[in-house]
Amino acid sequence: MILRREHRILVQGVTGKQGSFWTRAMIDYGAAAVGGVNPRKAGTVHLGLPVFASAVEAAREAPFDAALMFIPPAMARQAAFDACEAGARLVVCLTEHIPAHDVMEMLAAARANGTRIVGPNTAGLVTPGETFAGILPAFNRRVFRPGGVGVISRSGSLGTLVSLVLTQHGYGQSAVYGVGGDPIVGTTTREALEILDADPRTEAVVICGEIGGSAEEEAAEYAAGMAKPVVAFVAGRTSPPGKKMGHAGAIIAGGKGDYRSKRTALEAAGVAVADVPSDIPGLLSAVTADRRAPPIRR
Amino acid sequence: MNFEEHAGKALLKARGMPVPDGRTVDSPDGAADAANALGGPCIVKAQAPTGKRGKAGGIRPADSPREARAAASNILGMAIDGYRVERLLVERRIAIAAELYAAVLTDPESRGPVVLFSTKGGMEVEEIAAAEPGAMRRIEVDIARGLTAGQASAALSGMDLLGQSDAVAWFLAKLYAAYRALDAELLEINPLALTDDGRLLCLDCKYTMDDSSAGRQAPVAEAGAPERMTALEAEAHEAGLKYIELDGSVGVLANGAGLTMATMDAIAHYGGRPANFLEIGGEAYTKAETALTILLGNPGIRSLLINFCGAFARTDVMAEGVVRAWRKLDPDIPVFFSIHGTGEEEAVALVERELGHRPYDLMDDAVRAAVGAAAS
Repeated sequence: MILRREHRILVQGVTGKQGSFWTRAMIDYGAAAVGGVNPRKAGTVHLGLPVFASAVEAAREAPFDAALMFIPPAMARQAAFDACEAGARLVVCLTEHIPAHDVMEMLAAARANGTRIVGPNTAGLVTPGETFAGILPAFNRRVFRPGGVGVISRSGSLGTLVSLVLTQHGYGQSAVYGVGGDPIVGTTTREALEILDADPRTEAVVICGEIGGSAEEEAAEYAAGMAKPVVAFVAGRTSPPGKKMGHAGAIIAGGKGDYRSKRTALEAAGVAVADVPSDIPGLLSAVTADRRAPPIRR
Repeated sequence: MNFEEHAGKALLKARGMPVPDGRTVDSPDGAADAANALGGPCIVKAQAPTGKRGKAGGIRPADSPREARAAASNILGMAIDGYRVERLLVERRIAIAAELYAAVLTDPESRGPVVLFSTKGGMEVEEIAAAEPGAMRRIEVDIARGLTAGQASAALSGMDLLGQSDAVAWFLAKLYAAYRALDAELLEINPLALTDDGRLLCLDCKYTMDDSSAGRQAPVAEAGAPERMTALEAEAHEAGLKYIELDGSVGVLANGAGLTMATMDAIAHYGGRPANFLEIGGEAYTKAETALTILLGNPGIRSLLINFCGAFARTDVMAEGVVRAWRKLDPDIPVFFSIHGTGEEEAVALVERELGHRPYDLMDDAVRAAVGAAAS
């Protein structure tokens, strides 16, 4: 799903330092935050929001569509179980360094409850001009503007840079989808691409990939059949093999997950691949002109 | 985190899984003593966290303590795949009827654990898959339910297991349980031997622990092989930073893994070479001062590129760290900034006021300037 202004958001871990800072920013931006969770502060009010002992309890008094997790790694699994059990349609999991076995258990619980998890290790979702959930500077108008380009990124910082470059060249964004930098995520680059393909406000998509895993190769398979133009940038061309480049998922291992394989797969699918992020607007303008797509500059 | 064979086998043994009798030694005399104690033919194996030991001559049979001593003299000190061999595993050699393959791994594509089993063991898994695709069974496990011997048995149906199919099914269930208990990313037994007397035996063990689980697996993690790092990389690791030394001349400080990689790529695109990977994204954004100190310790740096695109990482906090480090170290090196995102106005003003540098509005301009300065 694309996050909309009307989607009600529950913030797990709302009372912490980062939870407070970003929830405040979300409320100021217009996000429909309806409550928070902290078992030790249940019954209190924080940032004007009621605080509950659990997501399951919150669901009874403050129904919500999405849960946003500001939760440390050791407690993330339990918090995700709670959100899934409470019937969340969407769980945005920002936490980095969750044990991989816990992530697999979280995703199994999500599947069983019909919940979509975005992340872990995502910077979140921004729908410019409407709402956001996460740790992206949606409020910075030099970076994010409403428009017709969907952005998918495994990295928060790179997604921010690419949105900035788009905005600097007059391209606003329909939705910015942080899928997360872990090797195992609840919503893959391909799934995010399917979501943006189905979104009527999205006229073109930019994929910000990186080395490691096969997310870009899988996305390329889907992109090959899309009518909407897709442009990509893949980070890590100059990264040495066998090293984890900051993200747990960003590693070239046994010749797999390297830059060449990703670029080849994307180009074979008709996706224009930028050498540097600043080339993205030019490629976007070329492919949209080719396909006689409606103008998406604002 | 990787584990040497002897450490992995000790963990399997503690869980009641079958491993050969053996001793870990660090000298030729120790190897002779071990061979003597084990009695009969043995095998002397280099210990290094890599799969290339056999081909490098790091695994040798010995039929007497004297031969074990000679083998150990040959192997100790050998460099295998960049690792210096300092330890040996001396094991009793057993007559085997067949070499099988078994592994459990975390599979990003199915987003769950996968058990692999083959009747063709003893070679690389890719070779097995290529040589005889039908000989490899793949079991996708529902992590909420686990894997029972019954399920494993059903998945093995139709395979010729020399009458030992129940034992193999039991073994796979035990291996899966070990994978779970040890927070493994990979637990691979290759070869898994079927002995002449009808027993299963783990002849090798490759165990990789999920790095994010090292905290809750602290006692196990202590037995892991330390990562190979340069002195500066180790210093960064201590400080909770991810730093990788490269051989270029443009130093890179950025926030977030993706942005940092993209910055390195842009340096190469404009004709320069990055000197390092160093990111202070996520929780590390408060460590700009330490990060810069480490980065400037690399003598190969001719210019410095500081590229911030703050999301969670506040650029104003990172810029404060940079200014503090700059005041303390007063480095004689050209520096170029690009700063955007969370806290941008404060960060830009701070850098202009304190360091007299106006950050570039476009990242590419900052990159080009840094590449040019490194070349001049």
